[in-house]
Amino acid sequence: MSEIVLEIKDLSTHFFTDRGEVPAIEQVSIRVHKGEVVGIVGESGCGKSVTSLSIMQLVPSPPGKIVSGEINFKGEDLAPASEKRMKKIRGNEISMIFQEPMTSLNPLFTIGNQMIEALRIHQKVSKKEAREKSIEMLKLVGIPRAESIIDEYPHQLSGGMRQRVMIAMSMSCNPELLIADEPTTALDVTIQAQILELMRKLNKEKDTAILLITHDLGVVADICDRVIVMYSGQVVEEGTKREVLKDPKHPYSKGLIRSIPKLHGREEKLYSIPGTVPKPKMDRIGCRFAPRCEFAFERCFKENPGLYPTGDGRSSRCFLYDKSEGDKKINAATNKEATIGG
Amino acid sequence: MQQQIKKPLLEVKGLKKYFPIKGGVFGRTVGEVKAVDGLSFNVYEGEILGIVGESGCGKSTAGKAILRLIEPSEGSVRFEDEEITSLGAEEMRRLWRDMQIIFQDPYASLNPRHTVEKIIGEPLLIHGNTSKKERKDRIKQLLEVVGLNAYHASRYPHQFSGGQRQRIGIARALANNPKLIICDEPVSALDVSVQAQVLNLMEELRDEFNLTYVFIAHDLSVVKHISDRVGVMYLGRMVELTDKDELYDNPKHPYTQALLSAVPDPDPDIEKERIILKGDVPSPADPPSGCTFHTRCPVAMDICKQVKPDFLPIEDNHFVACHLYHEEQQNISNNNLVKEGAR
Ligand SMILES: Nc1ncnc2c1ncn2[C@@H]1O[C@H](COP(=O)(O)OP(=O)(O)OP(=O)(O)O)[C@@H](O)[C@H]1O
Ligand SMILES: Nc1ncnc2c1ncn2[C@@H]1O[C@H](COP(=O)(O)OP(=O)(O)OP(=O)(O)O)[C@@H](O)[C@H]1O
Ligand code: SF4
Ligand code: SF4
Ligand SMILES: [Mg+2]
Ligand SMILES: [Mg+2]
Repeated sequence: MSEIVLEIKDLSTHFFTDRGEVPAIEQVSIRVHKGEVVGIVGESGCGKSVTSLSIMQLVPSPPGKIVSGEINFKGEDLAPASEKRMKKIRGNEISMIFQEPMTSLNPLFTIGNQMIEALRIHQKVSKKEAREKSIEMLKLVGIPRAESIIDEYPHQLSGGMRQRVMIAMSMSCNPELLIADEPTTALDVTIQAQILELMRKLNKEKDTAILLITHDLGVVADICDRVIVMYSGQVVEEGTKREVLKDPKHPYSKGLIRSIPKLHGREEKLYSIPGTVPKPKMDRIGCRFAPRCEFAFERCFKENPGLYPTGDGRSSRCFLYDKSEGDKKINAATNKEATIGG
Repeated sequence: MQQQIKKPLLEVKGLKKYFPIKGGVFGRTVGEVKAVDGLSFNVYEGEILGIVGESGCGKSTAGKAILRLIEPSEGSVRFEDEEITSLGAEEMRRLWRDMQIIFQDPYASLNPRHTVEKIIGEPLLIHGNTSKKERKDRIKQLLEVVGLNAYHASRYPHQFSGGQRQRIGIARALANNPKLIICDEPVSALDVSVQAQVLNLMEELRDEFNLTYVFIAHDLSVVKHISDRVGVMYLGRMVELTDKDELYDNPKHPYTQALLSAVPDPDPDIEKERIILKGDVPSPADPPSGCTFHTRCPVAMDICKQVKPDFLPIEDNHFVACHLYHEEQQNISNNNLVKEGAR
């Protein structure tokens, strides 16, 4: 494996609200290598956006606060970094594409104004050079009439074009890491295909590492190398995309993958995980997934599971894989799955 | 499915809905958004007809215009052999017992100040001369049908999760035993695991109450899972309509082909030949001439810019609006004649 660009260690971010402390993410650890595309998947509210905002130090504070953990970016811990330092890093070494493109483009300024300013913050270039570079980037992301679009306002562009402008902006400084939070969720599939193609191209050509947040496992299968599954604020499973999508270990990942309707093949009834995703609370005891888990046993309600190795270099936050439980439990789980899934 | 012998419950023909664009100082009409522009299809009793298409192609507008929640600009809608576009308000109200709609957004479509009991009970109150006791029993029964509990009746929408709210919307739609339900993206706002629960529920209810659905969505895998036949819309029109398996295995329209190829498959072993379309979806305020897909179509021909292709069958139950097949039209019917002759 090539060098590590980003290594998050035991990161916890909490919100201190009127209703009490909300542990949005707990002890999240993620590693991203140079040129790698890592996906974070999980259902609404599981902490995907909070994880990415924490890396950029953009969690609204108050009420949010990183309460513990490290964010090592090329050997430097960003968790205690000053706002001045972060300004240097943001949009330059680490770029971010936000979940809603409209909120991240200023409606009062032209596309050109925003792109040129962003470029000039980090690079010593003249206005004219910055403008030329911006037009070049807009062309690269497939914006037609780039020379005139650059003088238009965000509202004059379609959603897909705005998202492409965001990508052009985020790539214009050749970042080492691009964090993309649901970059295609608001877009149509045919436009999504264009954007994913573009991200793939930039990743291949510039060796940019990408941390891609999505709830769409199809997108993961399409462009990610590795994938991290989150549930209720915790990482519950990690592996290559093939490992996780083809052979999920954690009962939640298994359920999630089985509940997606398939585009190919036939199925009579969809599998569905009973119950709903719980809201994060402080001092929870037991596995977060236990109330919905078909394999849950006594211990699951009494102790918090750690990440246990599953024997193939991967790990899973589930007692089934704890050696001290013996093989009986794992076998039960795998056998049961074979009868349902097979 | 044997559509030929089944009778259509709903027949939509040449449906149009144009919204005026106001502009200038005097708020004059300066143009029109052709949200639905000549839409035609039938829905047969007991079937689930899926309708897919990208954002803004007119799916929701079509759904509302069929129910006359907004007035169609042109076209015909027949429900149980009765033309409904000319019915008066009183008669429409009667019809709304049989034709219901479930909306996309489980958060916005329920009145936050009303209890669940009031929300579900409202259609009963409007349409029925039921007693208070009968209504209470019916509400309890409906809640159980959709997998909620009688004690939920006194709660407010914000006390429910998205999936539970969508169940409340379904219970409300079922209140008067409708025949047809137009489902406008009923699961799009839901997480995958919750989406599966709601889809299963909708299928069970269809079987139990012999319902007919028009199921609108933009997720092609969801539509494939639930539908018997599927129609594909582009800029206010149907461009292809056929049996589900036929559409997914053998798409004919270049747009359908591109759309299907663009859906990322969660199976990493499926290698896809992706058709990446150029450009954006055109605006329905200024649709391209001829075939409205010609600006993005990878196989567009000269004729496509000038002539709007008709929506015609190219095989039994397989309708396509594309010039590629209109020439072949002749050949196909000839072939059929030859086959007939050979028999
Ligand atoms: N400003 C805030 N104040 C209080 N709680 C917050 C705030 N922002 C996020 N949270 C909580 O943190 C948790 C994680 O939220 P996050 O936005 O990271 O979810 P997500 O995985 O990105 O979901 P989605 O798929 O819906 O975008 C949620 O429970 C959310 O309610
Ligand atoms: N009341 C209205 N006034 C003017 N234009 C409208 C109105 N309602 C819808 N439109 C326009 O009509 C077109 C079709 O909209 P519609 O909501 O039917 O699309 P849709 O296929 O349901 O899209 P989505 O998948 O985003 O829900 C869009 O261009 C929309 O902007
Ligand atoms: S720890 Fe227990 S409850 Fe949690 S996922 Fe594993 S078996 Fe299920
Ligand atoms: S009619 Fe022409 S432009 Fe339209 S889909 Fe067919 S080939 Fe393409
Ligand atoms: Mg998010
Ligand atoms: Mg809609």
